[in-house]
Amino acid sequence: MATGFEMDTAFFAAWIEESARSVAAGKERLTDLDAAIGDADHGSNLDRGFTAVVRALAVKEPDTPAALLTVVGTTLIRKVGGASGPLYGTAFREMGRALGDLGDTAEVSPGELCAALEAGLAGVRRLGSAAEGDKTMVDALAPAVRALRRALEEGSEPREAAAAAAAAAREGAEATIPMRARRGRASYLGERSVGHEDPGAASTALILTALHTVAAR
Amino acid sequence: MKKLINGVESVVPDALRGIAAAHPGLRVDVENQIVFRDSGPRPGKVGLVSGGGSGHEPLHAGFVGYGMLDAACPGEIFTSPVPDQMIEATTAVDGGAGVLHIVKNYTGDVLNFQLAAELSAEEGVEVASVLVDDDVAVRDSLHTAGRRGTGATVFVEKIAGAAAESGAPLAEVARVAGTVNARSRSFGVALSACTTPAAGRPTFALGDTEVELGIGIHGEPGRARSAMRPAAELVRVAMDALHEDLPLSGDVLVMVNGMGATPLIELYVAFAEVSAYLAEKGVTAARSLVGDYVTSLDMQGFSITVCLLDDELVRLWDAPVETPALRWGR
Repeated sequence: MATGFEMDTAFFAAWIEESARSVAAGKERLTDLDAAIGDADHGSNLDRGFTAVVRALAVKEPDTPAALLTVVGTTLIRKVGGASGPLYGTAFREMGRALGDLGDTAEVSPGELCAALEAGLAGVRRLGSAAEGDKTMVDALAPAVRALRRALEEGSEPREAAAAAAAAAREGAEATIPMRARRGRASYLGERSVGHEDPGAASTALILTALHTVAAR
Repeated sequence: MKKLINGVESVVPDALRGIAAAHPGLRVDVENQIVFRDSGPRPGKVGLVSGGGSGHEPLHAGFVGYGMLDAACPGEIFTSPVPDQMIEATTAVDGGAGVLHIVKNYTGDVLNFQLAAELSAEEGVEVASVLVDDDVAVRDSLHTAGRRGTGATVFVEKIAGAAAESGAPLAEVARVAGTVNARSRSFGVALSACTTPAAGRPTFALGDTEVELGIGIHGEPGRARSAMRPAAELVRVAMDALHEDLPLSGDVLVMVNGMGATPLIELYVAFAEVSAYLAEKGVTAARSLVGDYVTSLDMQGFSITVCLLDDELVRLWDAPVETPALRWGR
Protein backbone atom coordinates (compact mmCIF):
# COMPACT_ATOMS: atom_id res chain seq x y z
CA MET A 1 0.00 0.00 0.00
CA ALA A 2 2.55 2.49 -1.18
CA THR A 3 0.48 5.55 -1.98
CA GLY A 4 -1.73 5.65 1.07
CA PHE A 5 -4.43 3.22 0.06
CA GLU A 6 -3.82 1.37 -3.15
CA MET A 7 -4.97 -2.18 -2.86
CA ASP A 8 -3.04 -4.99 -4.48
CA THR A 9 -3.61 -8.71 -4.67
CA ALA A 10 -1.97 -9.26 -1.29
CA PHE A 11 -4.43 -6.80 0.28
CA PHE A 12 -7.40 -8.75 -1.07
CA ALA A 13 -5.83 -12.05 0.03
CA ALA A 14 -5.42 -10.58 3.53
CA TRP A 15 -9.08 -9.47 3.52
CA ILE A 16 -10.23 -12.98 2.63
CA GLU A 17 -8.00 -14.59 5.28
CA GLU A 18 -9.31 -12.17 7.91
CA SER A 19 -12.88 -12.95 6.78
CA ALA A 20 -12.17 -16.67 7.12
CA ARG A 21 -10.84 -16.11 10.66
CA SER A 22 -13.90 -14.05 11.61
CA VAL A 23 -16.31 -16.61 10.19
CA ALA A 24 -14.52 -19.43 12.03
CA ALA A 25 -14.61 -17.46 15.28
CA GLY A 26 -18.26 -16.49 14.77
CA LYS A 27 -19.37 -19.91 13.57
CA GLU A 28 -21.37 -20.87 16.68
CA ARG A 29 -23.10 -17.50 16.84
CA LEU A 30 -24.07 -17.62 13.15
CA THR A 31 -25.44 -21.13 13.56
CA ASP A 32 -27.40 -20.11 16.68
CA LEU A 33 -28.91 -17.17 14.77
CA ASP A 34 -29.83 -19.55 11.96
CA ALA A 35 -31.33 -22.06 14.38
CA ALA A 36 -33.88 -19.44 15.43
CA ILE A 37 -35.27 -18.76 11.96
CA GLY A 38 -33.62 -21.13 9.50
CA ASP A 39 -32.11 -24.58 9.63
CA ALA A 40 -29.12 -24.11 11.93
CA ASP A 41 -26.27 -24.50 9.49
CA HIS A 42 -25.17 -21.01 8.35
CA GLY A 43 -22.05 -20.93 10.52
CA SER A 44 -20.82 -24.39 9.66
CA ASN A 45 -21.64 -23.98 5.94
CA LEU A 46 -19.86 -20.65 5.60
CA ASP A 47 -16.90 -21.88 7.64
CA ARG A 48 -16.61 -24.91 5.35
CA GLY A 49 -16.66 -22.54 2.36
CA PHE A 50 -14.06 -20.08 3.64
CA THR A 51 -11.80 -22.91 4.79
CA ALA A 52 -11.90 -24.23 1.22
CA VAL A 53 -11.23 -20.71 -0.11
CA VAL A 54 -8.13 -20.27 2.04
CA ARG A 55 -6.91 -23.69 0.94
CA ALA A 56 -7.52 -22.85 -2.74
CA LEU A 57 -5.61 -19.57 -2.45
CA ALA A 58 -2.71 -21.32 -0.68
CA VAL A 59 -2.35 -23.76 -3.55
CA LYS A 60 -2.03 -20.99 -6.10
CA GLU A 61 -2.54 -17.32 -5.30
CA PRO A 62 -3.99 -15.55 -8.34
CA ASP A 63 -1.93 -12.60 -9.58
CA THR A 64 -4.61 -9.92 -9.84
CA PRO A 65 -7.33 -8.80 -7.41
CA ALA A 66 -9.92 -9.63 -10.07
CA ALA A 67 -8.69 -13.19 -10.48
CA LEU A 68 -8.44 -13.66 -6.71
CA LEU A 69 -12.03 -12.54 -6.06
CA THR A 70 -13.24 -14.78 -8.87
CA VAL A 71 -11.55 -17.81 -7.28
CA VAL A 72 -13.12 -16.87 -3.92
CA GLY A 73 -16.59 -16.64 -5.48
CA THR A 74 -16.31 -19.85 -7.45
CA THR A 75 -15.01 -21.80 -4.45
CA LEU A 76 -17.83 -20.56 -2.22
CA ILE A 77 -20.41 -21.61 -4.81
CA ARG A 78 -18.79 -25.03 -5.11
CA LYS A 79 -18.49 -25.78 -1.40
CA VAL A 80 -21.22 -24.06 0.58
CA GLY A 81 -24.58 -25.12 -0.84
CA GLY A 82 -27.84 -23.80 0.54
CA ALA A 83 -28.68 -20.20 -0.33
CA SER A 84 -25.54 -18.61 1.11
CA GLY A 85 -23.13 -20.39 -1.27
CA PRO A 86 -24.64 -18.98 -4.46
CA LEU A 87 -25.28 -15.56 -2.89
CA TYR A 88 -21.80 -15.01 -1.42
CA GLY A 89 -20.23 -16.71 -4.42
CA THR A 90 -22.04 -14.37 -6.79
CA ALA A 91 -21.07 -11.33 -4.72
CA PHE A 92 -17.37 -12.15 -4.98
CA ARG A 93 -17.56 -13.25 -8.61
CA GLU A 94 -19.32 -10.02 -9.60
CA MET A 95 -16.66 -8.04 -7.73
CA GLY A 96 -13.99 -9.94 -9.61
CA ARG A 97 -15.74 -9.32 -12.90
CA ALA A 98 -16.06 -5.58 -12.21
CA LEU A 99 -12.35 -5.32 -11.41
CA GLY A 100 -11.47 -7.51 -14.38
CA ASP A 101 -13.27 -5.08 -16.65
CA LEU A 102 -10.66 -2.51 -15.67
CA GLY A 103 -8.02 -4.58 -17.45
CA ASP A 104 -5.11 -6.54 -16.01
CA THR A 105 -4.75 -4.13 -13.15
CA ALA A 106 -2.68 -5.25 -10.16
CA GLU A 107 -3.76 -2.39 -7.91
CA VAL A 108 -7.22 -1.08 -7.18
CA SER A 109 -8.22 2.38 -5.99
CA PRO A 110 -10.79 2.88 -3.21
CA GLY A 111 -13.25 4.17 -5.81
CA GLU A 112 -12.77 1.02 -7.87
CA LEU A 113 -13.23 -1.17 -4.79
CA CYS A 114 -16.45 0.68 -4.06
CA ALA A 115 -17.69 0.16 -7.62
CA ALA A 116 -16.82 -3.53 -7.34
CA LEU A 117 -18.77 -3.84 -4.07
CA GLU A 118 -21.70 -2.13 -5.79
CA ALA A 119 -21.49 -4.73 -8.56
CA GLY A 120 -21.41 -7.50 -5.93
CA LEU A 121 -24.47 -6.05 -4.23
CA ALA A 122 -26.30 -5.82 -7.56
CA GLY A 123 -25.52 -9.50 -8.19
CA VAL A 124 -26.86 -10.54 -4.80
CA ARG A 125 -30.03 -8.48 -5.20
CA ARG A 126 -30.66 -9.94 -8.63
CA LEU A 127 -30.00 -13.57 -7.68
CA GLY A 128 -31.91 -13.46 -4.40
CA SER A 129 -34.65 -11.11 -5.66
CA ALA A 130 -34.18 -9.36 -2.33
CA ALA A 131 -34.61 -5.71 -1.43
CA GLU A 132 -33.68 -3.87 1.74
CA GLY A 133 -36.17 -4.65 4.48
CA ASP A 134 -36.56 -8.30 3.44
CA LYS A 135 -34.34 -9.42 6.34
CA THR A 136 -31.41 -10.77 4.31
CA MET A 137 -27.71 -10.06 3.79
CA VAL A 138 -28.77 -7.14 1.57
CA ASP A 139 -29.78 -5.30 4.74
CA ALA A 140 -26.13 -5.23 5.80
CA LEU A 141 -24.43 -5.02 2.41
CA ALA A 142 -26.47 -2.19 0.88
CA PRO A 143 -25.96 0.36 3.70
CA ALA A 144 -22.27 -0.61 3.89
CA VAL A 145 -21.73 0.08 0.21
CA ARG A 146 -23.69 3.34 0.50
CA ALA A 147 -21.63 4.46 3.47
CA LEU A 148 -18.41 3.65 1.65
CA ARG A 149 -19.48 5.60 -1.43
CA ARG A 150 -20.61 8.60 0.62
CA ALA A 151 -17.44 8.69 2.72
CA LEU A 152 -15.22 8.58 -0.37
CA GLU A 153 -17.24 11.30 -2.07
CA GLU A 154 -16.97 13.46 1.02
CA GLY A 155 -13.22 13.08 0.80
CA SER A 156 -12.73 10.78 3.78
CA GLU A 157 -9.49 8.90 4.12
CA PRO A 158 -9.93 5.39 2.69
CA ARG A 159 -9.40 3.85 6.16
CA GLU A 160 -12.16 6.02 7.60
CA ALA A 161 -14.37 5.10 4.64
CA ALA A 162 -13.78 1.40 5.36
CA ALA A 163 -14.60 2.01 9.02
CA ALA A 164 -17.86 3.71 8.01
CA ALA A 165 -18.75 0.78 5.75
CA ALA A 166 -18.10 -1.76 8.50
CA ALA A 167 -20.14 0.22 11.02
CA ALA A 168 -23.02 0.56 8.55
CA ALA A 169 -22.95 -3.20 7.92
CA ARG A 170 -23.11 -3.95 11.66
CA GLU A 171 -25.95 -1.47 12.18
CA GLY A 172 -27.72 -2.91 9.16
CA ALA A 173 -27.43 -6.43 10.59
CA GLU A 174 -28.82 -5.31 13.96
CA ALA A 175 -31.66 -3.52 12.19
CA THR A 176 -32.87 -6.87 10.82
CA ILE A 177 -33.92 -7.97 14.33
CA PRO A 178 -37.42 -6.42 14.27
CA MET A 179 -37.98 -7.23 10.59
CA ARG A 180 -40.28 -9.90 9.24
CA ALA A 181 -38.48 -12.18 6.76
CA ARG A 182 -39.73 -12.05 3.18
CA ARG A 183 -37.04 -14.13 1.47
CA GLY A 184 -35.45 -17.49 2.16
CA ARG A 185 -36.63 -20.21 4.48
CA ALA A 186 -37.19 -17.76 7.33
CA SER A 187 -40.00 -16.22 5.27
CA TYR A 188 -42.17 -19.29 5.99
CA LEU A 189 -42.21 -18.31 9.64
CA GLY A 190 -43.97 -15.02 8.91
CA GLU A 191 -44.44 -13.11 12.18
CA ARG A 192 -42.45 -15.75 14.02
CA SER A 193 -39.30 -14.52 12.27
CA VAL A 194 -39.53 -11.16 14.08
CA GLY A 195 -37.10 -10.64 16.97
CA HIS A 196 -34.12 -12.52 15.54
CA GLU A 197 -31.07 -11.09 13.73
CA ASP A 198 -30.72 -12.39 10.20
CA PRO A 199 -27.73 -14.77 10.03
CA GLY A 200 -26.82 -13.68 6.47
CA ALA A 201 -26.74 -10.02 7.48
CA ALA A 202 -24.65 -10.98 10.51
CA SER A 203 -22.05 -12.81 8.40
CA THR A 204 -21.95 -9.91 5.92
CA ALA A 205 -21.13 -7.58 8.81
CA LEU A 206 -18.24 -9.90 9.76
CA ILE A 207 -16.83 -9.75 6.23
CA LEU A 208 -17.11 -5.94 5.99
CA THR A 209 -15.54 -5.61 9.43
CA ALA A 210 -12.69 -7.80 8.18
CA LEU A 211 -12.21 -5.36 5.30
CA HIS A 212 -11.82 -2.50 7.76
CA THR A 213 -9.48 -4.52 9.98
CA VAL A 214 -7.16 -5.17 7.04
CA ALA A 215 -7.42 -1.61 5.71
CA ALA A 216 -6.49 -0.24 9.14
CA ARG A 217 -3.29 -2.27 9.36
CA MET B 1 -30.95 -37.83 21.23
CA LYS B 2 -30.38 -41.40 20.11
CA LYS B 3 -29.64 -41.85 16.41
CA LEU B 4 -28.40 -44.91 14.56
CA ILE B 5 -25.35 -43.14 13.17
CA ASN B 6 -21.57 -43.39 13.33
CA GLY B 7 -21.01 -39.65 13.65
CA VAL B 8 -22.74 -36.40 12.80
CA GLU B 9 -20.32 -35.54 9.98
CA SER B 10 -20.55 -38.88 8.18
CA VAL B 11 -24.33 -39.44 8.11
CA VAL B 12 -24.80 -38.66 4.42
CA PRO B 13 -21.82 -40.59 3.00
CA ASP B 14 -22.53 -43.54 5.32
CA ALA B 15 -26.14 -43.65 4.11
CA LEU B 16 -24.97 -43.44 0.49
CA ARG B 17 -22.69 -46.43 1.05
CA GLY B 18 -25.75 -48.27 2.35
CA ILE B 19 -27.79 -47.33 -0.69
CA ALA B 20 -24.99 -48.55 -2.95
CA ALA B 21 -24.78 -51.87 -1.14
CA ALA B 22 -28.54 -52.43 -1.05
CA HIS B 23 -29.43 -51.55 -4.63
CA PRO B 24 -27.34 -53.07 -7.40
CA GLY B 25 -29.46 -51.20 -9.96
CA LEU B 26 -27.87 -47.97 -8.78
CA ARG B 27 -24.37 -46.59 -9.12
CA VAL B 28 -23.39 -44.37 -6.21
CA ASP B 29 -20.60 -41.80 -6.30
CA VAL B 30 -20.13 -41.46 -2.55
CA GLU B 31 -17.39 -38.83 -2.77
CA ASN B 32 -19.34 -36.45 -4.99
CA GLN B 33 -22.70 -37.46 -3.47
CA ILE B 34 -24.53 -38.49 -6.62
CA VAL B 35 -26.80 -41.49 -7.13
CA PHE B 36 -27.07 -42.69 -10.75
CA ARG B 37 -28.98 -45.36 -12.60
CA ASP B 38 -26.53 -48.15 -13.25
CA SER B 39 -27.43 -48.32 -16.94
CA GLY B 40 -26.06 -44.90 -17.88
CA PRO B 41 -27.64 -42.49 -20.33
CA ARG B 42 -29.72 -43.91 -23.18
CA PRO B 43 -29.05 -42.11 -26.46
CA GLY B 44 -32.00 -39.88 -27.34
CA LYS B 45 -33.68 -40.14 -23.92
CA VAL B 46 -34.18 -36.97 -21.91
CA GLY B 47 -32.27 -37.22 -18.61
CA LEU B 48 -33.99 -36.43 -15.31
CA VAL B 49 -31.99 -35.00 -12.41
CA SER B 50 -33.33 -33.98 -9.05
CA GLY B 51 -31.82 -33.31 -5.68
CA GLY B 52 -32.14 -31.47 -2.42
CA GLY B 53 -31.16 -31.72 1.18
CA SER B 54 -30.85 -35.16 2.76
CA GLY B 55 -33.27 -36.21 5.48
CA HIS B 56 -36.30 -36.70 3.18
CA GLU B 57 -35.66 -40.34 2.26
CA PRO B 58 -36.65 -42.07 0.05
CA LEU B 59 -36.73 -38.72 -1.81
CA HIS B 60 -34.70 -38.40 -4.10
CA ALA B 61 -32.23 -41.29 -4.31
CA GLY B 62 -35.03 -43.82 -3.76
CA PHE B 63 -36.64 -42.66 -6.98
CA VAL B 64 -33.64 -43.23 -9.25
CA GLY B 65 -34.25 -45.98 -11.77
CA TYR B 66 -36.23 -47.09 -14.79
CA GLY B 67 -39.19 -44.81 -15.49
CA MET B 68 -38.17 -42.13 -13.03
CA LEU B 69 -34.92 -40.25 -12.26
CA ASP B 70 -31.57 -40.76 -13.96
CA ALA B 71 -29.65 -39.17 -11.10
CA ALA B 72 -30.19 -37.65 -7.67
CA CYS B 73 -27.94 -35.18 -5.84
CA PRO B 74 -28.32 -35.40 -2.05
CA GLY B 75 -27.02 -32.41 -0.10
CA GLU B 76 -26.11 -32.26 3.57
CA ILE B 77 -29.08 -32.76 5.90
CA PHE B 78 -31.73 -30.16 5.01
CA THR B 79 -29.11 -28.21 2.97
CA SER B 80 -29.28 -28.02 -0.80
CA PRO B 81 -26.60 -29.75 -2.84
CA VAL B 82 -23.92 -27.65 -4.57
CA PRO B 83 -23.74 -26.88 -8.31
CA ASP B 84 -20.71 -29.16 -8.82
CA GLN B 85 -22.83 -32.19 -7.94
CA MET B 86 -25.63 -31.11 -10.23
CA ILE B 87 -23.33 -30.26 -13.15
CA GLU B 88 -21.61 -33.62 -12.90
CA ALA B 89 -24.95 -35.43 -12.70
CA THR B 90 -26.36 -33.41 -15.59
CA THR B 91 -23.49 -33.97 -17.99
CA ALA B 92 -23.30 -37.67 -17.03
CA VAL B 93 -26.97 -38.43 -17.75
CA ASP B 94 -27.28 -36.44 -20.96
CA GLY B 95 -28.04 -38.84 -23.79
CA GLY B 96 -28.02 -36.01 -26.30
CA ALA B 97 -31.68 -35.09 -25.80
CA GLY B 98 -31.12 -32.70 -22.92
CA VAL B 99 -31.79 -32.87 -19.20
CA LEU B 100 -34.71 -31.81 -17.02
CA HIS B 101 -33.95 -30.49 -13.53
CA ILE B 102 -36.75 -31.10 -11.04
CA VAL B 103 -36.34 -28.45 -8.34
CA LYS B 104 -38.29 -27.96 -5.14
CA ASN B 105 -39.02 -24.33 -4.36
CA TYR B 106 -36.52 -23.53 -1.60
CA THR B 107 -34.14 -20.62 -2.09
CA GLY B 108 -31.00 -22.76 -1.80
CA ASP B 109 -32.24 -25.46 -4.18
CA VAL B 110 -33.43 -22.88 -6.70
CA LEU B 111 -30.19 -20.85 -6.71
CA ASN B 112 -27.85 -23.84 -6.90
CA PHE B 113 -29.84 -25.54 -9.66
CA GLN B 114 -30.03 -22.23 -11.55
CA LEU B 115 -26.25 -21.86 -11.45
CA ALA B 116 -25.81 -25.52 -12.38
CA ALA B 117 -28.16 -25.16 -15.34
CA GLU B 118 -26.25 -22.13 -16.62
CA LEU B 119 -22.88 -23.84 -16.24
CA SER B 120 -24.13 -27.11 -17.78
CA ALA B 121 -25.47 -25.16 -20.74
CA GLU B 122 -21.99 -23.68 -21.20
CA GLU B 123 -20.74 -27.26 -21.44
CA GLY B 124 -23.20 -27.91 -24.23
CA VAL B 125 -26.03 -29.68 -22.40
CA GLU B 126 -29.55 -28.45 -23.06
CA VAL B 127 -31.22 -28.00 -19.66
CA ALA B 128 -34.83 -27.26 -18.77
CA SER B 129 -36.16 -26.87 -15.22
CA VAL B 130 -39.45 -27.41 -13.49
CA LEU B 131 -40.11 -25.80 -10.14
CA VAL B 132 -42.28 -27.79 -7.74
CA ASP B 133 -44.31 -25.52 -5.45
CA ASP B 134 -47.37 -27.40 -4.26
CA ASP B 135 -47.63 -26.50 -0.56
CA VAL B 136 -50.85 -24.59 0.09
CA ALA B 137 -49.80 -23.77 3.67
CA VAL B 138 -47.67 -20.95 2.25
CA ARG B 139 -50.23 -18.49 1.05
CA ASP B 140 -48.74 -15.08 0.74
CA SER B 141 -46.16 -15.55 -1.96
CA LEU B 142 -45.64 -11.78 -2.26
CA HIS B 143 -44.14 -11.79 1.21
CA THR B 144 -42.40 -15.14 1.26
CA ALA B 145 -40.07 -17.14 -0.96
CA GLY B 146 -43.24 -18.64 -2.46
CA ARG B 147 -44.88 -22.00 -1.95
CA ARG B 148 -42.60 -24.80 -0.85
CA GLY B 149 -42.13 -27.91 -2.93
CA THR B 150 -43.20 -31.03 -1.03
CA GLY B 151 -45.18 -34.17 -1.88
CA ALA B 152 -45.95 -33.30 -5.50
CA THR B 153 -42.25 -33.83 -6.23
CA VAL B 154 -42.93 -37.58 -6.24
CA PHE B 155 -45.74 -37.16 -8.78
CA VAL B 156 -43.63 -34.90 -11.00
CA GLU B 157 -40.66 -37.27 -10.91
CA LYS B 158 -42.82 -40.33 -11.71
CA ILE B 159 -44.88 -38.78 -14.49
CA ALA B 160 -42.06 -36.81 -16.13
CA GLY B 161 -39.94 -39.97 -15.83
CA ALA B 162 -42.53 -41.96 -17.75
CA ALA B 163 -42.69 -39.29 -20.44
CA ALA B 164 -38.90 -39.30 -20.78
CA GLU B 165 -38.82 -43.11 -20.87
CA SER B 166 -41.34 -43.07 -23.76
CA GLY B 167 -38.91 -40.97 -25.80
CA ALA B 168 -40.66 -37.60 -25.51
CA PRO B 169 -38.46 -34.58 -26.31
CA LEU B 170 -37.23 -32.23 -23.57
CA ALA B 171 -39.88 -29.55 -24.15
CA GLU B 172 -42.61 -32.17 -23.88
CA VAL B 173 -41.19 -33.73 -20.71
CA ALA B 174 -40.89 -30.27 -19.18
CA ARG B 175 -44.47 -29.43 -20.18
CA VAL B 176 -45.86 -32.60 -18.57
CA ALA B 177 -43.83 -31.93 -15.42
CA GLY B 178 -45.23 -28.41 -15.24
CA THR B 179 -48.76 -29.71 -15.73
CA VAL B 180 -48.42 -32.16 -12.85
CA ASN B 181 -47.17 -29.39 -10.58
CA ALA B 182 -49.96 -27.02 -11.63
CA ARG B 183 -52.59 -29.68 -10.86
CA SER B 184 -51.12 -30.76 -7.50
CA ARG B 185 -51.48 -29.38 -3.98
CA SER B 186 -50.15 -30.52 -0.58
CA PHE B 187 -50.72 -29.84 3.10
CA GLY B 188 -48.76 -31.24 6.05
CA VAL B 189 -49.43 -31.79 9.76
CA ALA B 190 -46.82 -32.52 12.44
CA LEU B 191 -47.54 -34.38 15.66
CA SER B 192 -43.93 -33.91 16.75
CA ALA B 193 -40.82 -32.02 15.60
CA CYS B 194 -37.83 -33.78 14.09
CA THR B 195 -34.26 -33.80 15.39
CA THR B 196 -31.39 -33.13 12.98
CA PRO B 197 -28.26 -35.05 13.96
CA ALA B 198 -26.17 -31.83 14.00
CA ALA B 199 -28.53 -29.89 16.27
CA GLY B 200 -29.22 -32.84 18.55
CA ARG B 201 -32.50 -31.42 19.80
CA PRO B 202 -35.99 -31.07 18.28
CA THR B 203 -36.30 -28.19 15.80
CA PHE B 204 -39.32 -26.81 17.64
CA ALA B 205 -41.13 -27.53 20.89
CA LEU B 206 -44.54 -29.11 20.63
CA GLY B 207 -46.60 -30.10 23.65
CA ASP B 208 -48.05 -33.59 24.07
CA THR B 209 -51.51 -32.34 23.20
CA GLU B 210 -50.54 -30.02 20.33
CA VAL B 211 -50.07 -30.32 16.56
CA GLU B 212 -48.51 -27.99 13.99
CA LEU B 213 -50.67 -27.37 10.94
CA GLY B 214 -49.18 -26.47 7.56
CA ILE B 215 -45.64 -27.71 8.07
CA GLY B 216 -42.93 -28.02 5.47
CA ILE B 217 -40.36 -30.79 5.30
CA HIS B 218 -37.40 -29.22 7.13
CA GLY B 219 -38.65 -29.36 10.67
CA GLU B 220 -39.79 -25.77 10.43
CA PRO B 221 -42.93 -24.81 12.34
CA GLY B 222 -46.17 -24.60 10.42
CA ARG B 223 -48.69 -21.83 9.90
CA ALA B 224 -50.65 -22.50 13.07
CA ARG B 225 -50.59 -24.55 16.22
CA SER B 226 -53.68 -26.37 17.37
CA ALA B 227 -54.91 -28.90 19.90
CA MET B 228 -54.44 -32.55 19.02
CA ARG B 229 -57.64 -33.91 17.48
CA PRO B 230 -58.91 -37.20 16.00
CA ALA B 231 -57.53 -38.17 12.58
CA ALA B 232 -60.82 -37.34 10.85
CA GLU B 233 -60.60 -33.73 11.99
CA LEU B 234 -56.92 -33.30 11.11
CA VAL B 235 -57.55 -34.77 7.66
CA ARG B 236 -60.49 -32.41 7.22
CA VAL B 237 -58.30 -29.39 7.99
CA ALA B 238 -55.81 -30.54 5.37
CA MET B 239 -58.41 -31.45 2.74
CA ASP B 240 -60.31 -28.19 3.22
CA ALA B 241 -57.06 -26.28 2.64
CA LEU B 242 -56.39 -28.25 -0.56
CA HIS B 243 -59.96 -27.95 -1.81
CA GLU B 244 -60.10 -24.24 -1.09
CA ASP B 245 -56.94 -23.67 -3.12
CA LEU B 246 -57.72 -25.98 -6.03
CA PRO B 247 -61.30 -27.26 -6.18
CA LEU B 248 -61.22 -31.05 -6.30
CA SER B 249 -63.19 -32.80 -9.04
CA GLY B 250 -63.21 -35.90 -11.21
CA ASP B 251 -60.47 -38.47 -10.75
CA VAL B 252 -57.56 -37.65 -8.49
CA LEU B 253 -54.22 -39.14 -7.54
CA VAL B 254 -53.79 -39.05 -3.75
CA MET B 255 -50.76 -39.57 -1.58
CA VAL B 256 -50.96 -39.88 2.20
CA ASN B 257 -47.32 -39.49 3.10
CA GLY B 258 -45.69 -40.24 6.43
CA MET B 259 -43.12 -37.75 7.75
CA GLY B 260 -40.79 -40.49 9.00
CA ALA B 261 -42.09 -41.64 12.38
CA THR B 262 -45.78 -42.33 11.84
CA PRO B 263 -46.79 -45.99 11.55
CA LEU B 264 -48.51 -47.24 8.42
CA ILE B 265 -51.63 -48.15 10.38
CA GLU B 266 -52.11 -44.47 11.23
CA LEU B 267 -51.53 -43.44 7.61
CA TYR B 268 -54.27 -45.88 6.58
CA VAL B 269 -56.55 -44.40 9.23
CA ALA B 270 -55.88 -41.04 7.56
CA PHE B 271 -56.41 -42.45 4.08
CA ALA B 272 -59.86 -43.76 5.08
CA GLU B 273 -60.78 -40.22 6.10
CA VAL B 274 -59.36 -38.79 2.86
CA SER B 275 -61.37 -41.27 0.88
CA ALA B 276 -64.58 -40.41 2.77
CA TYR B 277 -63.92 -36.68 2.27
CA LEU B 278 -63.48 -37.15 -1.47
CA ALA B 279 -66.61 -39.30 -1.72
CA GLU B 280 -68.57 -36.48 -0.07
CA LYS B 281 -67.38 -34.18 -2.85
CA GLY B 282 -68.12 -36.71 -5.58
CA VAL B 283 -64.41 -37.11 -6.30
CA THR B 284 -62.73 -40.47 -6.96
CA ALA B 285 -59.32 -41.45 -5.63
CA ALA B 286 -58.45 -43.24 -8.87
CA ARG B 287 -54.80 -43.83 -7.93
CA SER B 288 -53.10 -43.66 -4.54
CA LEU B 289 -49.93 -44.01 -2.51
CA VAL B 290 -49.82 -44.58 1.25
CA GLY B 291 -46.46 -44.65 3.01
CA ASP B 292 -43.22 -42.76 3.67
CA TYR B 293 -42.16 -40.99 0.46
CA VAL B 294 -41.08 -37.46 1.42
CA THR B 295 -40.02 -37.57 5.05
CA SER B 296 -38.57 -35.14 7.55
CA LEU B 297 -36.17 -37.35 9.52
CA ASP B 298 -37.94 -38.64 12.64
CA MET B 299 -40.91 -36.30 12.56
CA GLN B 300 -44.29 -37.74 13.48
CA GLY B 301 -46.97 -36.52 11.12
CA PHE B 302 -48.32 -36.78 7.63
CA SER B 303 -48.94 -34.80 4.50
CA ILE B 304 -51.64 -35.17 1.89
CA THR B 305 -50.97 -34.45 -1.77
CA VAL B 306 -53.68 -34.47 -4.41
CA CYS B 307 -53.27 -34.21 -8.20
CA LEU B 308 -56.20 -33.70 -10.58
CA LEU B 309 -55.85 -36.43 -13.20
CA ASP B 310 -56.60 -36.55 -16.90
CA ASP B 311 -56.14 -39.46 -19.33
CA GLU B 312 -52.58 -38.49 -20.18
CA LEU B 313 -51.50 -38.27 -16.54
CA VAL B 314 -53.16 -41.61 -15.68
CA ARG B 315 -51.39 -43.31 -18.58
CA LEU B 316 -48.01 -41.90 -17.52
CA TRP B 317 -48.63 -42.70 -13.82
CA ASP B 318 -49.47 -46.31 -14.71
CA ALA B 319 -46.38 -46.74 -16.90
CA PRO B 320 -43.77 -49.16 -15.49
CA VAL B 321 -41.35 -47.91 -12.87
CA GLU B 322 -38.49 -49.70 -11.14
CA THR B 323 -36.74 -47.78 -8.36
CA PRO B 324 -35.87 -48.67 -4.76
CA ALA B 325 -38.96 -46.94 -3.37
CA LEU B 326 -41.50 -47.14 -6.19
CA ARG B 327 -41.95 -50.04 -8.57
CA TRP B 328 -44.71 -51.57 -10.61
CA GLY B 329 -45.60 -52.98 -14.00
CA ARG B 330 -42.23 -54.30 -15.04
